[in-house]
Amino acid sequence: MIHVAVALFLLLTVVLGMIRIVYGPTVADRMMAAQLFGTSGLAILLVLAWGMDMPELIDIALTFSLLATLATMTFVRRVWYEEGKSDDS
Amino acid sequence: MTIPEIIGLACIAAGIPFFLSGTIGMLRFPDIFTRLHALTKADNVGLGFLIIGLCLQTDDWFIVIKLVLIWVLVLTASSASCHLVARRALQKGIRPWTRE
Repeated sequence: MIHVAVALFLLLTVVLGMIRIVYGPTVADRMMAAQLFGTSGLAILLVLAWGMDMPELIDIALTFSLLATLATMTFVRRVWYEEGKSDDS
Repeated sequence: MTIPEIIGLACIAAGIPFFLSGTIGMLRFPDIFTRLHALTKADNVGLGFLIIGLCLQTDDWFIVIKLVLIWVLVLTASSASCHLVARRALQKGIRPWTRE
């Protein structure tokens, strides 16, 4: 029961993070909200793995954290890339 | 409820404020660099406490190893991506917030 309550609370932090998507001045702020979803989603998955007694969720959490990282890195490389400037200036 | 499970629950409860502070920090901080700092550092500490709490509540060593590996991956990955975003923000001319 405790685990489900913790998962619900983490879901609340995810919802709070959505406010940053609305107000985020730069596109990077919106991307940071996506990274927050990655970490909090990972925590929710782990807590639910214990709450619902499903150890498979741990592997899902592992891949989820990997994908969240790739999303951020792809964002930096593709969306925010300045044409013409060398990358490692 | 055995002793390790109680300590585990306490660790999970200890990790929760870090998640909350990470989210609130991301909402209230003035510029992108401070938000990045709040986001990656606070959540990772919260995740660390959470994983310690969960490790105490299981007796299968394989799961404990997997959890610790997840935490190490998230630590390195989020610090790397945080550095990437901050570096790109600096290159694009976003100056850090200074108290006027």
